[in-house]
Amino acid sequence: MADLSVPKLKLNADAPTLAVDVFLFALRVLLIFFAAWALVGTIAIQVDGGGLTATAWRDLLVGGLAQGFMYGLIALGYSMVYGVLGFINFAHGEVFMAGSMSGFFVADALFDNGMWVNSFPLAFAIVMLTAIVTSALIAVIIERIAYRPLRGAPRLIPLITSIGMSFFVQYAVRGLVGDGFKDYPQLPAGLQQRVSFLGLDIEGIKLFVIATAIVSMVALWLFVERSKTGRAIRAVSEDKEIAALMGIDVNKTIVTTFAVGGAMAGVAGLLWAMLFRKVYFLTGFLPGIKAFTAAVLGGIGNLVGAMLGGVTLGLIETSGPRLLNGLAWKVPTLVAFVLGAVALATAVIGVIRVRRSDPRTVGTALGMVIVGVAGTAWGFIVLPGAQVVIPGTSQLKDMIAFVVLIGVLMIRPIGLLGEKLAVEERG
Amino acid sequence: MSRRMKNFRHLGALVVALALFAAACGDDTTTTTTTAAGATTTTAGAVFTPGALGAVTVAPGAPIEIRALQAISGEVSFLGTDQVRGAELAIADFGQVDGHDVNLGTPEDDLCSAEGGQAGAQAIVAQANVIGVLGTTCSGSAAAAAPIISAAGMVMISGSNTSPSLTSDLAGTAGSNWYNGYYRTAHNDLYQGATAARYAFEELGLTKAVAVHDGDPYTEGLATAFANAFTALGGTVTIHAVNKGDTDMTGVLTQVAADAPEFVYFPIFQPEGDFIIQQKGGIAGLETVVWMGADGLITDGFLAIPETAGMYFSGPDLRFGTNASATGTNYDQLVAAYTAAYGEAPTAVFHAHTYDATVLLLTKIQEVAVQDADGTLHIDRQALRDALNATSGFAGVTGSLSCDAFGDCGAETISVIRNDDPTDVAAGKANVVYSFAPGA
Repeated sequence: MADLSVPKLKLNADAPTLAVDVFLFALRVLLIFFAAWALVGTIAIQVDGGGLTATAWRDLLVGGLAQGFMYGLIALGYSMVYGVLGFINFAHGEVFMAGSMSGFFVADALFDNGMWVNSFPLAFAIVMLTAIVTSALIAVIIERIAYRPLRGAPRLIPLITSIGMSFFVQYAVRGLVGDGFKDYPQLPAGLQQRVSFLGLDIEGIKLFVIATAIVSMVALWLFVERSKTGRAIRAVSEDKEIAALMGIDVNKTIVTTFAVGGAMAGVAGLLWAMLFRKVYFLTGFLPGIKAFTAAVLGGIGNLVGAMLGGVTLGLIETSGPRLLNGLAWKVPTLVAFVLGAVALATAVIGVIRVRRSDPRTVGTALGMVIVGVAGTAWGFIVLPGAQVVIPGTSQLKDMIAFVVLIGVLMIRPIGLLGEKLAVEERG
Repeated sequence: MSRRMKNFRHLGALVVALALFAAACGDDTTTTTTTAAGATTTTAGAVFTPGALGAVTVAPGAPIEIRALQAISGEVSFLGTDQVRGAELAIADFGQVDGHDVNLGTPEDDLCSAEGGQAGAQAIVAQANVIGVLGTTCSGSAAAAAPIISAAGMVMISGSNTSPSLTSDLAGTAGSNWYNGYYRTAHNDLYQGATAARYAFEELGLTKAVAVHDGDPYTEGLATAFANAFTALGGTVTIHAVNKGDTDMTGVLTQVAADAPEFVYFPIFQPEGDFIIQQKGGIAGLETVVWMGADGLITDGFLAIPETAGMYFSGPDLRFGTNASATGTNYDQLVAAYTAAYGEAPTAVFHAHTYDATVLLLTKIQEVAVQDADGTLHIDRQALRDALNATSGFAGVTGSLSCDAFGDCGAETISVIRNDDPTDVAAGKANVVYSFAPGA
């Protein structure tokens, strides 16, 4: 009588580890699958003539860029402080709000005396200066009273302090100016109109926001890379003790870092107010969180990465919901079958690798088997002609942005440009 | 690797946690408004059994007991307090019922939440001699209070609930939170949606519309009501949504523009409404669109925004004019009495609706009460419901009240205003271009 018992397969890993590996593998595949579906679907719908017009895409991208550059400007502050002190300064969003708020009072006064309308560039310069100075000052004060006494403490301590500081600044501002919305005066007509740029008609204000952000960014980059103080900042972020031994005043350098980061937040605060014309004591909260996200997305500690992360986030926020509508594209039978076949092949490869039972890859291999089998069934049965229609996708823009963020971090835990940081960041 | 990678992992976890936090916060800033149709707590099963509801016996010299269940604490307490005052003024104006005083007792707090509505209702039904309840303030509270009050055989009349789920879809189907014994003198949101749809379709002659809500049950319900009414008239509608807390509206406006609408109805609140109207100029394809907001945006701040020039707003018509209540009081006199009694002008508008609700309740109690020779009153609970159900053409400050089979008694006209000149907000508010009365 033949031995019918299945040969005993020994997997060189414990069950919980396997389960996690399988789950992560499945999650990655799902993320990539839906992203590809959304992208291909959007293009297919566009080719069919059912998509957005070219002008609509232009509006989406320009809006996303303007929003993204502002995230980027705020993200610079998160990134710089992280680079130097190694913790996240959550009060940075409030520094941004304070700049915006102080700018409002000056802008309002200048509007009342006519200067805002008569000589806008000068008025704007004054308001910008106010915002920059206020933000830089508040950032420096926060560093002095809330972070310096905690220098050397475990990095969780200043993190918690920064959250407390964030609330403190919010409610201090509320106490000072009240909880109502402050409306910035209307912009001069020239900025509200569309201007032609590189053959595109872009809203003047958005072009202005993008240009100002780029100029500020370049100035900051030159400052950090070329100036003596900038070199000191980089030295301190490499190693505080060695920097001190080299004759660098560490405290002064850290203060400078906060001031420069604050100034960038001030610029962002003013641009934000130009674009959205409304500020109140909680204005800094969500942009602050998103800018932090942008900093992580770009690779925290890396200035170019912060900007790149900000722009990416902005673009995903505005165009992501539209891409989600791409899921409404009916998957052609042929494509579904090809996917099913690929899934089947994956399952087969997975089986081979499971049998090899290499402890490092066995979890993923098991994931390949399970996802492959499920994907095969799905590809051949459910997917042909399938479509997902999601109503009100604009509501999901934050969710989409964060899913993309999580996806990027799963594939590249150090962020888009995180490589350099791995050398720079040493606690 | 190790240490550095570990740090990044922590950072990743932090980001995920923050993402969840931010997502939660997006919805957190719920603007609770006068008409906020609260979270629809669905309580399973109708509990009413016809007949045998019992009766209340009021001994000679004893007062008739009714209660108020209103939001008297929290951020919408100004709405609840306003209505308690409306009830007090009505009781004073109405005087005695068959020789008995009317006692409102201490108002219960509906907390503008389901929990508050439930707790308040339980406290009230524990007092077996209570005949009727004036409340709630918030629709979410009513959804939890109505089943309890209905089961106790009592009646409740709200002056400010507007959620369609509490009554009906106006087409004969009961709402998911409708219970026998529930009445209201406020309008049903569906009327507002229908008014906006009729105006756009019939008066402006527009057939392609977009409705935008912000995920709040009130705005979503109103957007849906509009969409259904507009579709029923023969138009086409797509629904889009924003989040509370959004500032950049480029994405949603671009998607709206892609639908090439002639009319956009966005019954949301500030500041999201501001961002939409201020940013629409930056999106190609929206140049000729007609925009309409709802009562949540009829505020001085919003109407003063330059971009709202020419914009329409739907909302309850609060010009009650010379309508006189059954007590002989009209709205001007009511406001005068209110100001004299409480030392301040009315803080909201629903005191008028609760005034009417109270007068209606007392009138019906008087109608069904059977008096013994010694002055003892017998008030049959079922008879009271029957009498309220039969309400037709009842004179109220807010207009002529008639109850339908599901307790919608509101007399209020819904009107559309047009903001012609943002520098003159008062003129904009008074510039009524269209009116639609329930039942018309």
